[in-house]
Parts: sequence; structure tokens; C-alpha cells
Amino acid sequence: MIKFNQVYKRYPGGHEALKNMSFDVAEGEMVYLTGHSGAGKSTLLKLIAAIERPTSGSVLVNGQNIRSIKPVAIPQLRRNIGLIFQDHKLLFDRNAFDNVMLPLQICGFDHRESAKRVRAALDKVGLLEREKANPIALSGGEQQRLCIARAIVNRPTILLADEPTGNLDTEYSNEIMNIFKSFHQVGVTLLISTHDEGILRQFPARALHLKKGELQA
Amino acid sequence: MKTLIEHLRILRHTLQRLLLTPNATLLNILIIGIALSLPVGGYVLLKSVQALGSQVAGTPQISVFLASGTSSSEIERIGDKLKQHNAIKRVEFVPRDTALKKLQQSTGLADVIGTLAQNPLPDAFIIYPKDGDVKTLEALRDELKTWPRFEHVQLDSAWMHKLEALLNFGRTAVIILAVLLSFALIAITFNTIRLQILTRREEIEVAKLIGATDAFIRRPFLYFGLAQGLLGGIAAWLLVAGSLLLLNHQVNTLAQFYASNFSLQHLTLSDSLTLLGFSAYLGWLGAWFSVSQHLWQIEPR
Repeated sequence: MIKFNQVYKRYPGGHEALKNMSFDVAEGEMVYLTGHSGAGKSTLLKLIAAIERPTSGSVLVNGQNIRSIKPVAIPQLRRNIGLIFQDHKLLFDRNAFDNVMLPLQICGFDHRESAKRVRAALDKVGLLEREKANPIALSGGEQQRLCIARAIVNRPTILLADEPTGNLDTEYSNEIMNIFKSFHQVGVTLLISTHDEGILRQFPARALHLKKGELQA
Repeated sequence: MKTLIEHLRILRHTLQRLLLTPNATLLNILIIGIALSLPVGGYVLLKSVQALGSQVAGTPQISVFLASGTSSSEIERIGDKLKQHNAIKRVEFVPRDTALKKLQQSTGLADVIGTLAQNPLPDAFIIYPKDGDVKTLEALRDELKTWPRFEHVQLDSAWMHKLEALLNFGRTAVIILAVLLSFALIAITFNTIRLQILTRREEIEVAKLIGATDAFIRRPFLYFGLAQGLLGGIAAWLLVAGSLLLLNHQVNTLAQFYASNFSLQHLTLSDSLTLLGFSAYLGWLGAWFSVSQHLWQIEPR
């Protein structure tokens, strides 16, 4: 599903974010990315979603090489990837329902079918009663869950989550991890970056440990 | 079908966004309307003057004076030949005696003419051409000059030339105005869309992150430009129509002094549609320039 082969990522100015990174993530696998902030976790996720391109090496996602992907092919790639951001990236000019609706509008779904899917996604994350609320009125945990609903409404095969439990207390974190677990059970490939040891203990899975841009054995 | 619904949805969103900032929207539409109404008003004025010109001129005529001593059989033959000419609608023969009588009646020179021993006037044909265009008339005149027995062929075209020159001057001025103000319209839309893109930066970024194509992101902005241009065109139409209404009232009073029923002509349906189509297109174009200039700068990080 995701295959890194001797990937280097150097930012302008010489900062080397990733060094000689090689690993595989199988279809339906759940994998943690761990390491201190600045270890390269976010960069790695950005490469998978083609937000950044590798300086050298190859990143294969669903058989497509991100290093040489054409700009016109990027939207299609991203529609197959659910992105969950630490800062949520919700839009405050519309309510929760419309935030989750956005990916379906982008794909050109029929309105009635979309509404059903949006409600199903909101239900999944426990926000069905808050569909009319503006995201700004939601708590941090609720915003994170709304972000998850938006990421999954399109039924992507890959979910990338960047510090999804970053600012949340244990109770909220567990809620969110339980949601991820349920996606894992239905065969979604999950890549979750975290520095939360508690989560790793409670929801064990393979972990890729990054240190200063390098993969630790 | 699906795409149609999608387009309608964006259209509804566009109108909502126009209504979201009513003051700015109204101001923009008014600016576009005023900018467009200037060349359109000039165009209307020119059209009216042109119509007045041909009205005053009536049907242009060419007078042909025959050489003296042309026999009546020759005159008949020439008359038939003229009637068969393609460019000529009607021919009127004025015998020299009739011409003299007319002159006596119309000019009040009866006494002077009465003293003349013989009629100094030649036989003449008055020719009514089919086409009133100056160039065609002149070509016809030049052709007739070569006919035998035609001593003098006269086309009074000097004043037509003057009017034509004046109208051409006006047309050029209107075109220059139209071109300049079109650029202004494009610039206005360009800037409006630029501000919109900046304020919706976040939304664009998120949309790109979840797989929006460039076309999807571009579309609402293009629609906005189109709608704004169209509304500006409607404003221009209303401004011109309103001004004509006010002006015509005055023009009628003025025309009465000259026993004329001259009035400024309204925009025809096709003129109006051209105006609306053009303004909508310019709005779209301004939006397109703006979007292609600014959208690529917004890439998610």
C-alpha cells in the first residue's frame, strides 16, 4: 500500500528532514509513527499525501510514485487518503455538517446520497446531534472527531493522522483511538503519528520510530 | 445531470456570497455599470445622430444635366438605359421647360427669368439610387460621367462626407472609451477576486488537501466574476435607459422648434444582449486572470 525506498527529504536551506528512509506498510495495516517533534513524522505523512515531494528515493502510494506524480493526478490520489490534522483545519464559515460535506462535494456526489453519508460519518464519531453547530463552538476533542468524520466520509482506503491526540486528555484520546481501531477492523490502512506512550501501550501495533529523520531499528 | 446540479449549487453559493457583502457588491456593480454606460451611451448617441443624418438627407439624389441639343429620342433611350441600371431605383426626367417653371415658382426670381430671351436650363434626369452609402453613390456618379451626352453629373456629397467624418470621429472615440473601460472592468474584477481568494485561503487549502481539482476551486470564483459582470451590465443598461428617458424629454421639446420628431434611440434587443453578454464575459475574464495569477500560490504546507 505504502512503500518508502531510500527516501531523502531536504528542505530549501539544507535542513534534512528525512534520511534514507525505507519501509513498507501493508494494506489494512495499522502503523504508528513515533519520535520527538522535529523527528520527521509530519514530513513523512506529507510525502504520502503528496503535499511534499521526496528529494530522492521513491515513495509508492497505491502503486503511484509521489516523486514523479503529475499535478493533475494529485487530487485523485488525495481522494483516496483521509487526512487528519493536529490543528483540524476545519472551516469556521460553515457548520459541522457542511464541513463533512466538503469532500463529497469535491467528488461531485449526488446531494441526497451525500447527506446520508455525512450523517453516517458524524454518527460514527458521535457528533450526529451537533451537525448544525459551528466547529468553533465544539470542544477540542469534538473538533478532532469532526476532522476524522471529514476524513472518512469519502471512504478512503488510507487514513493518515498527524498527532490526532496531541492536545487531548486521556479520555478523549481513548475515544479517538477506539474510532481508529474500528476503521482498522474494516480494513483501512492507518498511519498514526504520536508521541503518546500511553496510547502505544493501550492500543498496541507496529511502530516506526523516527529520530532526527532516520528510522530506528 | 449531476454536473448541472453541481453548477446550480455553485451559482446559488455565488449569489449568496454576493449578498453576504451587500455594500461592496453594490459598489462594484455600480462602478462597472457607470464604466460601461459611458461607451454604451456614446454608441446610442451616435446611432441616433446617424439616423438623423439619413433622415435629413432623405433619399440621396444624383442630378444629370444633358448636353444641349440632345434629341427627344436620345433622351428616351437614355431614360430606358438608366431605368435598367442595377444601382438605380427610380429615374425622373425633368424637361428644361418644367425646370424653368419650377425655378420661377420656387425662387421668386420670376421677374428676372421673365427677361431671359431663351431658356438657359438643360434637360435633366434626377436619379434616385438604391443605396445611400457615400462610396456607392460616388462610384455611380463617376460611372454616369462617362456616358455620352451627359454634360454634368452632380452629387451633393460634401455634407455627407462631413457627417460621415464626424460620425467616424465619434465611433473612434467610443471604441477607445470602450476598450479602456473594458480594461477597467477586468481590473475591478481581478482585484475583487484577489481579495476573495485571500480571504478564502484556508478553504482553498483544505479543499486542495482533500482532493479538489483546480477546476473545482476555480469555478466559484469564475462564477462570481461572471455574475458581477452581468449585474454590472444590467446596471449599465438601466443607467443608459434612465438617462435616455430624461434626455428624450428635453430632446423632444428641442426638436419641436425644428419641426422634427427626432429622439434618441433606445438600445435594441440585440444591442442589450450584446452589452450583457460582453460585460459578463469581461467579468469572467477578470476572474480568470485573477484566479490563474493567485491560486497556484496557495499550496497546502
